[in-house]
Amino acid sequence: MTGAEMVVQALKDNGVKHVFGYPGGAVLPIYDEIFQQDEVEHILVRHEQGAGHAAEGYARSTGKAGVMLVTSGPGATNAVTPLQDALMDSIPLVCLTGQVPTSLIGSDAFQECDTIGITRPCTKHNWLVKDVNDLAAIIHEAFHVATTGRPGPVVVDIPKDVQFAKGIYVPPQTAPRTSYQPKVQGDLEKIKAAVELMANAKRPILYTGGGVINSGPEASHLLRELVDLTGFPITSTLMGLGAYPASGKNWMGMLGMHGTYEANMAMHDCDVMVCIGARFDDRITGRLTAFSPNSKKIHIDIDPSSINKNVHTDVPIIGDVGRVLEDLVRLWRATARADKKALHPWWEQIAKWRARDSLAYKMNHDVIMPQYAVQRLYALTKDMDTYITTEVGQHQMWAAQHYHFEKPNRWMTSGGLGTMGYGLPAALGVQIAHPDALVIDIAGDASVQMTMQEMSAAVQHEAPIKIFILNNQYMGMVRQWQQLLHGNRLSHSYTEAMPDFVKLAEAYGGHGIRCEKPDELDDAIKEMISVKKPVIFDCRVATLANCFPMIPSGKAHNEMLLPDEATDEAVANAIDAKGRELV
Amino acid sequence: MNAHLQPTGSAYFIAKETERPEIHTLSVLVDNEPGVLARVIGLFSGRGYNIESLTVSETEHEKHLSRITIVTRGTPHVLEQIKHQLERIVPVHRVVDLTVRSHELGQERPLERELALVKVAGTGEGRVEALRLADAFRASVIDANTEHFIFEITGKGSKIDQFIAIMKPLGLVEICRTGVAAMNRGPQGM
Repeated sequence: MTGAEMVVQALKDNGVKHVFGYPGGAVLPIYDEIFQQDEVEHILVRHEQGAGHAAEGYARSTGKAGVMLVTSGPGATNAVTPLQDALMDSIPLVCLTGQVPTSLIGSDAFQECDTIGITRPCTKHNWLVKDVNDLAAIIHEAFHVATTGRPGPVVVDIPKDVQFAKGIYVPPQTAPRTSYQPKVQGDLEKIKAAVELMANAKRPILYTGGGVINSGPEASHLLRELVDLTGFPITSTLMGLGAYPASGKNWMGMLGMHGTYEANMAMHDCDVMVCIGARFDDRITGRLTAFSPNSKKIHIDIDPSSINKNVHTDVPIIGDVGRVLEDLVRLWRATARADKKALHPWWEQIAKWRARDSLAYKMNHDVIMPQYAVQRLYALTKDMDTYITTEVGQHQMWAAQHYHFEKPNRWMTSGGLGTMGYGLPAALGVQIAHPDALVIDIAGDASVQMTMQEMSAAVQHEAPIKIFILNNQYMGMVRQWQQLLHGNRLSHSYTEAMPDFVKLAEAYGGHGIRCEKPDELDDAIKEMISVKKPVIFDCRVATLANCFPMIPSGKAHNEMLLPDEATDEAVANAIDAKGRELV
Repeated sequence: MNAHLQPTGSAYFIAKETERPEIHTLSVLVDNEPGVLARVIGLFSGRGYNIESLTVSETEHEKHLSRITIVTRGTPHVLEQIKHQLERIVPVHRVVDLTVRSHELGQERPLERELALVKVAGTGEGRVEALRLADAFRASVIDANTEHFIFEITGKGSKIDQFIAIMKPLGLVEICRTGVAAMNRGPQGM
């Protein structure tokens, strides 16, 4: 079997149905093999970054590894952004790159780059295949490493002569190398200690993250069971939305910089915090010295390096969220009884915070408020089989605040890296995985132009994705920070030459819709849903709306800036002079 | 944490560490494969950790295992992070903080040795003095002619520092040091 044949065979043996990629000189033998079979379907993108984000969207919405195939040199360097994105958000992504023939490596050959060197810090692991007889085993190991433990991206770099060379194919092996043994089962003594701490809590909170979703649907199921058993309030990071249903009565909304007032206040004032599959990111904690000062913290995470990295943990539990929750729920049932009465004062306090209605905004009857647009989109799509992706910026936060998720794997967003341009190709990947679902990219006008070319891929592959652009003609989040920090000097955050998105959609062979009036919005959204091809929806929203509530920089959870307090003066003074000097 | 944090204008926080940095010696057992050293030192540079000394060599040929000895400086919190971050690297088998281990064994520090080659050139009184001092330091002469010596010296880093300092006025030409090799006392392995 040739190396190229092995690649395709290994993909099949690892259950791969779709590969996102772009051909080039150094991967032509593999493309030749792809051409001669139809088990593995190749999705041609327009830029390698698009292939990566599409594979990420595919992975996040299915729980399986996403696969991308790119050529050497620029193909590999263009893959770097999605690789780092997948690393930050723990997404299983297998990236196969072509490489110049082994005899030319190091000679500055055409389209040569040090792919292994460049991708070393942005992958969980990477391999350069020098011998065709190692190829199959390496690809199998790559899938194993990408999908187990804390999931992440991997790169397999395959020189062109190895693709042509003949060798022995080995099927996927069950015994991985001895140095890679992720710990999945939590320490039972620690779990017992956690149950005891939780059973005596008066002001508890569950703070959950993307780890619950990565652990699989069973983990989300167990989380819901845990909430029912304990009666604890629950909040989640951006990455964890959907693990617990937004309609659940214990749900407090997202926490963090643009989280709800009740979630952040409860984090600050709690006495026991149970962090499940989240990592105390700086967007979550606010000022670390003032982060939840009076609580005992339990931290469940599969990655030991997440423990005590930013915040000191009292009860660390290293293991897979699903496995640990299984033990935790079992032990709780056996030994603890929820004293829901004792939690009454805490819930009353939370109700007071909730009454501040921190996501409120001033409705406008002439101009579409961006929050209103997301709310209407939610109302009109919530009963369908819907998947949401986003770009990065204000629209992303409004989507997180106002679109509500009932199930895991329905929400695809770039959390850790904050990659503008993620959402459109991610939507393509999601649509390929779920051809009959309604896949919507809630986009910003600036972000979406970074990977707009993938509209062409969506049209080619008949992926009827909906690009719902909250168009305010600004890089809204950049502008918001300039207003907060830089004396309202809006340096290069306004896009003066905006394309006509309707014509653009038509130029690509898609469908374009523009909406400028609140009372026309519902009909326009219904039109978008009914069109069975890719749609760009140019939703013209209030240009100067800002994203609140917000924890301004250097502030703690209990020092949030709420929308009704966010006057121009308050915005200008939100960060003190000393804070600004230190930038 | 103990770090005193200043608010900044970017919602990133500049931490002033109040913990005192310590010097620790780590032993890292890795698969001997291409790029493994780059992964380890890339981790140190990428995350802003310090390397004071680094020694690496294959130690178990048939198992393809290499042992990397790293002397690093950091606060206890950072040192714990370094250990966990190293353990995340796929070809890394084990990471042992020898300094912590020696404390657990009731010892002040692990055994640490370094080898240096020291070339000294000169004639007359200085040459005689160099040879006499080398003898006092138990350094052996491994190459010589009428105008130079090359000494081989083994010992703790501080001993080698001292030897080099003494040789400086006596015609020191060049030095090559191996970096620290270390293990814990007692019958147990790492």
